[in-house]
Amino acid sequence: MATHAGHASIFARLDRIDRRWIFLAMFVAVAAPILWVGVTGKTFPEAPTPAVQGAFDAVESLPSGARVLVSMDFDPASAGELQPMATAIVRHCALRGHRICTMTLWPAGGPIIDGTMQDVLGDRPDYRYGEHWVNLGYRAGFEGVMKQMNSRVSLAYATDVRQTPLERIPMLEGITGIADFDLLVSISAGYAGAKEWVQYSVSPTLTGSKPLRFVAGSTGVQTPQLIPYYPNQMAGILGAIKGAAEYEYLVNEAVRKADPSAIVPAKFQEAQRRMAPQLFGHVLMVALIVLGNVVFFGLRNREARA
Amino acid sequence: MSRSIAVLVAGVAAVVMVLSKFIVPMESAETTVAEWFNAAAAIAFVLGGASLLKMNLLTISARGPGWGYAAVTLVAFLATLGVGLFKVGVPPSAAFPDHRMGGTPDAEGGALWWIYEYLMSPITGTLFAMLAFYVASAAFRAFRAKNAAAIFLLVTAFVVLLGRTYAGVFVTSWIPDDVPWVSWLRLENLSAVIMSVFTTAGTRAMIIGIAIGVAATGIKIMIGLDRSYLGAGAGGGNG
Repeated sequence: MATHAGHASIFARLDRIDRRWIFLAMFVAVAAPILWVGVTGKTFPEAPTPAVQGAFDAVESLPSGARVLVSMDFDPASAGELQPMATAIVRHCALRGHRICTMTLWPAGGPIIDGTMQDVLGDRPDYRYGEHWVNLGYRAGFEGVMKQMNSRVSLAYATDVRQTPLERIPMLEGITGIADFDLLVSISAGYAGAKEWVQYSVSPTLTGSKPLRFVAGSTGVQTPQLIPYYPNQMAGILGAIKGAAEYEYLVNEAVRKADPSAIVPAKFQEAQRRMAPQLFGHVLMVALIVLGNVVFFGLRNREARA
Repeated sequence: MSRSIAVLVAGVAAVVMVLSKFIVPMESAETTVAEWFNAAAAIAFVLGGASLLKMNLLTISARGPGWGYAAVTLVAFLATLGVGLFKVGVPPSAAFPDHRMGGTPDAEGGALWWIYEYLMSPITGTLFAMLAFYVASAAFRAFRAKNAAAIFLLVTAFVVLLGRTYAGVFVTSWIPDDVPWVSWLRLENLSAVIMSVFTTAGTRAMIIGIAIGVAATGIKIMIGLDRSYLGAGAGGGNG
């Protein structure tokens, strides 16, 4: 009897627990692995899923010098999840020698492009602006911009961010419509983003002579909405930080395979480094759900007995 | 009268967009309408700014609840708008080194870049990061296995939460990965099955349903039955 009362007391106390203890537990679950990864530099191995492998293969299979349009459709609120993804894809393109054209449909996306290109191409003097990469920047209009780019990119963008008319940019020579790019990549956090790119720009080309190959990267919340488009409309999808970590792993493995002595800087392992705090955060969530249910059923049993 | 013109413009634009898909000479008209759309989208930013000003000024003048927040919003809005429009601190561009206004508004070193880098970026990132704490608290208090549907949802959540990290690999690594009839039981594979089969089926149903709804609403807008997009008092409601 006393034991039952003791259990009930524990359940009642747990049921009334101050939520700041839960906040503290989450803080420790996330902070400790961040510190551990920061000190040791160790990351978990990743097993790429078919969707991520498909995205990697889409970039890998293009011939050197192919032109890739990368639309970074997100803002700082989602950068924690999407920035490593954008960095990994742009880096992969640069490693393969592809020419990169960047743009954004989100007003706050401009500085994200600048930061990404600086991170990846900052130490690549061989990648010259205008010849190997170009930044078109932001344009208002969401799907309207996509529809204009379908027929003529210059309708949506008369100039790049440096005010150079598109016809005077060497890497865009021969580009009329969006289907003239060899690959379209959208890293997106919502509207307008990957889903709209599929609906307005990719799908119309699928019945034409040159289907536009498309790779998407998205937040965990948005990924389920994109999965139905894989693999017909999309060559691959990177879903959330997990997808970014898998992609980063593939790129870093390719680098190490080409040069076993290569040291991969921490900035190119950001997604992999974030998987440790994600793991402990998820395990804590599962533990809290289990504990919450133990308390719930414990109290219910007590009420039933009373 | 103005509402009738708006309905007419929407109807004509919609008809042009539809016809351009079927009549080859009308293909260029679709691009023209898309240009109008882009111009309207850009103007919407101005309207949005004006609306923000009006609502917050009204709240401040009436000393309504949270008027202090409205004041902070206004100051932040006007300051950001000002430094962006006048390109405060923006370094000249390489193409036009003699012109102060030649650089892009968000160029590194400018005031707008500073606001983005040191205010907007950390604030929005922090707000999203705080969700983890509230979700954890909600997981403890609200996620109860009260019935069969809740148990199913709970088990699915466990599989996806663990399967999307190395924990899934660690917990079920004893299941052989090279035997097809049992390998799907590994948490990382089970998580992938849930995402690719059940999630895809549900999402497809929603996408198809939404598409049919959008088509129906589009037709109603085209023929002027639905005027809800014109705002309150437009008449016609949802048709």
